[in-house]
Amino acid sequence: MSQSLKIENLHASVEDTEILKGLSLEIPKGEVHAIMGPNGSGKSTLSKVMAGHEDYEVTAGTVLMDDVDLLDLEIDERSRAGFFLAFQYPHEIPGVSNANFLRAALQARLPKGEEIDAVAFYKDMYAKMDALSMDRKFTGRSVNDGFSGGEKKRNEILQMMMLEPKYAVLDETDSGLDIDALKIVAEGVNRMRSPERGFLVITHYQRLLDYIVPDVVHVMSDGQIVKTGGKELALELEEKGYDWVTEELAVTA
Amino acid sequence: MPDSATLEAVKIDNEAGDFSYPEDYEHDAGVGLSEETIDYISEVKGEADWIREFRKKALKTFESKPMPTNWATKDLENIIFENIRYYLSKGQAPTRNWEDVPDDVKETFERLGIPEKERKFLSGVEAQFDSEAAYSNVKEELSKEGVIFVNSTEGLREHPELFRKWFGKVIPTGDNKFSALNSAVFSGGSFIYVPPGVKVKHPLQAYFRINAENFGQFERTLIIVDEGAEVTYMEGCTAPKFETSTLHSAVVELVAMKDAKIQYITVQNWSANVFNLVTKRGLAHENAEIRWIDCNIGSRLTMKYPGVIMKGRKARGEVISIALANDGQHQDTGAKMIHAADETTSNIVAKSISVGKGRSTYRGQVHIPKHLKGCKNNTECDALLINSSSRTDTYPAITVRGNQHATQHEASVSQVSEDQIFYMKQRGLSEGEAMSLSVNGFVNDLVREFPMEYSVELKRLIDMEMEDSVG
Repeated sequence: MSQSLKIENLHASVEDTEILKGLSLEIPKGEVHAIMGPNGSGKSTLSKVMAGHEDYEVTAGTVLMDDVDLLDLEIDERSRAGFFLAFQYPHEIPGVSNANFLRAALQARLPKGEEIDAVAFYKDMYAKMDALSMDRKFTGRSVNDGFSGGEKKRNEILQMMMLEPKYAVLDETDSGLDIDALKIVAEGVNRMRSPERGFLVITHYQRLLDYIVPDVVHVMSDGQIVKTGGKELALELEEKGYDWVTEELAVTA
Repeated sequence: MPDSATLEAVKIDNEAGDFSYPEDYEHDAGVGLSEETIDYISEVKGEADWIREFRKKALKTFESKPMPTNWATKDLENIIFENIRYYLSKGQAPTRNWEDVPDDVKETFERLGIPEKERKFLSGVEAQFDSEAAYSNVKEELSKEGVIFVNSTEGLREHPELFRKWFGKVIPTGDNKFSALNSAVFSGGSFIYVPPGVKVKHPLQAYFRINAENFGQFERTLIIVDEGAEVTYMEGCTAPKFETSTLHSAVVELVAMKDAKIQYITVQNWSANVFNLVTKRGLAHENAEIRWIDCNIGSRLTMKYPGVIMKGRKARGEVISIALANDGQHQDTGAKMIHAADETTSNIVAKSISVGKGRSTYRGQVHIPKHLKGCKNNTECDALLINSSSRTDTYPAITVRGNQHATQHEASVSQVSEDQIFYMKQRGLSEGEAMSLSVNGFVNDLVREFPMEYSVELKRLIDMEMEDSVG
């Protein structure tokens, strides 16, 4: 059995417009991959398609997570199978406290009839909140309701730490973060790095990759991966701009 | 302790109320409504002449009043009064011991968990099966303090000096067509008196059960809480799912004397064939407080607008209302606040949830006349829509005259969006769990006001409804 998140020839459209046009990449367990690309290249679409958002229609391809095709599973089944998406715009859930939400999400992973150990749950959550410098008052506040941009992103990382996925996709987690918040979020992700887990970090800017250092960098353009390289590719992109990649493509074509 | 099979059977869920026992009634007034029906009921009950006259007058009022379809739903026209049975009972007076309750009735209430709750956290219980209470008991220490908790028949017969004074005074017979119907054929319900200064620590509970098909249940409740006394009363209701419609039309009158406090909690989970048309009103004297906590989850159509008349200075009235309208249901609920003295305060918080083709309507009336000083009202009504074919309407009517009052009104309609559900599902919750959590979140601040046992029960009912609604 292969231990990776493997996307092959993925095509997806929204309202008859094709956004992903045969995208392929493989993230072996234990690695951190980054996808960079200009606005409109389809980065966020990729993350939503992997999670199963119903606005997108997959017309071809597979997304294998350790040999299970995610595309055959319901949204919630993908999550319980170990797939996590940190949202670019995390949703608010009025009236539902962070603690209750996390508890419900963890409870959903237990077999019927089994109950979460509340004491262990709170202990675990507090330790992880401390690591993210989150005030404990957050447990009682409604999920993302009235949170600042930085608080929302930190909350996404907290959820990831609590759910301990096999593979996590971070969609523009750096957007709207100041440098201090960025460092805290990156530290949270780095603590999660392990041989048992794979990451896909989607970002528009190289800045995040100073703190979450990727093993592999992919460049996405017009719904495909157009270039793959080591972490130095991110620096090169920062220096030369995305036009450099697209121009290079035009030359080789 | 009951065995595990009993415990399993008393778990609350939608199906738990959906069972019935074969009919075996000693007293049956037959189908349809006439003066003979009333004579039959009065004779079975051995009532005083004044009650029989009261009933007959009410029948005339009922017959003369039109259906309120000029403002309410046309669905009311589907009630066929001549097909309904107005009185069914096993003839026995309520016992104070579960052992003496007939087996099928006892099993019914055991399956609904009533005896267990009584042991756990209640001060007294009355369990009504169709027209009459089968069981009625109040903890001994409360009877010693003079607390009376009986059914309406016994209340009027044994304690006329206490109950006759207020009977039909807070809600006159002719208040509306259904209060008139209730006044004509009422049976069962609770009559409660709490003497001055007695604070009843644990709730008194009534449980209303409809077992028979084509039946109308018309309980009548009157609660009088004397100066400085306090009580919490809780009612629950269920019925089996019959093909034909069933009518439940209660009248509930509350009287809070000076400095008294009454909290009245309803968790209504009638099956989807029940027309639930109930009139509830309280009279609050000086510095008294009446609080209605009204949760409507079941029924085909509910029309209910609990009210408080603030008659004495500094009296307070409150309605906290939660309505959940699922496919095929219409919850038409609200509140009525009548300010009739200076410095009276009222608060209405109403939350409704419409799911699928469910429909919810809020109707509120706040009346503050010109000659009063320093009255306050706060009204909040929030509606939550879950999917686009559901419907919600709000009809607030706030009449404030004079300029020495403070009123505040807020209303909102929100929707559980596809993206919110997507977000929650991405964290591993099923669609039903995600919706249920969203709904519980929406009502969360109100549920916190409830005694713990009821908030747990309500949460479970909401979970079941939402799980069902996604099939």
